[in-house]
Amino acid sequence: MDVGVLALQGDVSEHRAILSSLGATVVELRSARDVARVDALVLPGGESTAMSVLLRASDLVDPLRERIAAGVPTLGTCAGMILLAEEVLDGRPDQVRLAAVDITVRRNAFGRQVNSFEADLDATALGADGLDTAPIHAVFIRAPGVVRVGPSVEVLATLAPRPGVTAPEPVLLRQGSVVVAAFHPELVGERRVHQLVLGALRQAASA
Amino acid sequence: MLRGGVIMDVVTAEQAKIAEDAGAVAVMALERVPADIRAEGGVARMSAPELIEAIKAAVTVPVMAKARIGHFVEAQVLEALGVDFVDESEVLTPADPAHHIDKWAFTVPFVCGATSLGEALRRIAEGAAMIRSKGEAGTGDVSVAVTHLRAVLGELRRLRSLDPAELPTAAKELQAPLELVREVADTGRLPVPLFCAGGIATPADAALVMQLGAEAVFVGSGIFKSGDPARRARAIVEATTQFRDPAIVAKVSHNLGEAMVGISAADAPVHLAGRGW
Repeated sequence: MDVGVLALQGDVSEHRAILSSLGATVVELRSARDVARVDALVLPGGESTAMSVLLRASDLVDPLRERIAAGVPTLGTCAGMILLAEEVLDGRPDQVRLAAVDITVRRNAFGRQVNSFEADLDATALGADGLDTAPIHAVFIRAPGVVRVGPSVEVLATLAPRPGVTAPEPVLLRQGSVVVAAFHPELVGERRVHQLVLGALRQAASA
Repeated sequence: MLRGGVIMDVVTAEQAKIAEDAGAVAVMALERVPADIRAEGGVARMSAPELIEAIKAAVTVPVMAKARIGHFVEAQVLEALGVDFVDESEVLTPADPAHHIDKWAFTVPFVCGATSLGEALRRIAEGAAMIRSKGEAGTGDVSVAVTHLRAVLGELRRLRSLDPAELPTAAKELQAPLELVREVADTGRLPVPLFCAGGIATPADAALVMQLGAEAVFVGSGIFKSGDPARRARAIVEATTQFRDPAIVAKVSHNLGEAMVGISAADAPVHLAGRGW
């Protein structure tokens, strides 16, 4: 299993460590040639504006869009979620939208760097994929918030209501073979989010 | 998540927008870039709040600001202003000749300069969340940053080769806590990201320090003291990402206009890297 981690900017090495521990071969993606040869894609956390500039400069937007549309299992965390969203609020008008998941996200919805926080998420929904359902310890750093979820999108985990917010907020979602997380599973060694994507890959291989 | 990115010094909201347009992962809000601090002399202090606020309002990427070494109240003010990172910086005039800021006392993360592994570990012990080489800011001469980067990484390699029984003496020589020395001897890397700063002026400079092992790049005077800041900023961003691909570094290095003139670090009348300990 060759899993490509977009390596334009951001926390590439943590994703590499988790994927390697799950038995995947990691390819750092910096060119269209590399995008063409991997079996799954990971878009890491970082700055979505900087990644947008670099995606265009490296001619990666169309190759990524085509592979994702062709059903290649894909994970996006934090900035990666923003890149994969259908619609982005509080972003820059020129930022890249791969539009692979029918959600609307708001950039920096939880505030600035000093408002970063950690929370435990109920992971009952992961049981359906044969994964452990112990709570997910989630780290949110200048995280995007999901403000709209399309009908074909599955919510796998939510953030419990907090002061000023009455409804649970979706933070781990899936549409088809694309999984997006507002938090950083890679920073705390949480492997189940990556397993969701590798599971989709195995299913595709056995089908 | 700044790794693999470029953090750019800016002195106005317009410059901050140019930096964000070019793909900066963060901007450093300053009143004067280091080259001007050198030229004008005098005491260099934290930037004015209204400048920091204007820059915060202009961009969506994180905003950093500098506090003087040891000036914990400047850091408190910057935290109160909501900056995303504080740089306890030798570019400003130190406020305390003996003590750095106790960074554990803050929520806002700090980046600190270091010239050696011992200095990096002392800053980490004080709570720094990121380390950068000091380099010789405002010169456009990358040689001092290269020296610092090689010093930190070389000392890390040396520690890895030591017998565990030799680590207490290594800690004494490094003037760093034994616990941290044991940790980095085991992992072979700092427990926080290692960035490079000081004298980076061209795409090739950025790719050089990335190939040497830096995880991100600060560019101070090198962009807005050059002939075509927008183009040079973009070129340095691309070179920092594609640092292993000389063809791309070559491509983006075309037609950038004049680089900052600079001065050789050896000829600089004031050596900023010697500030802090």
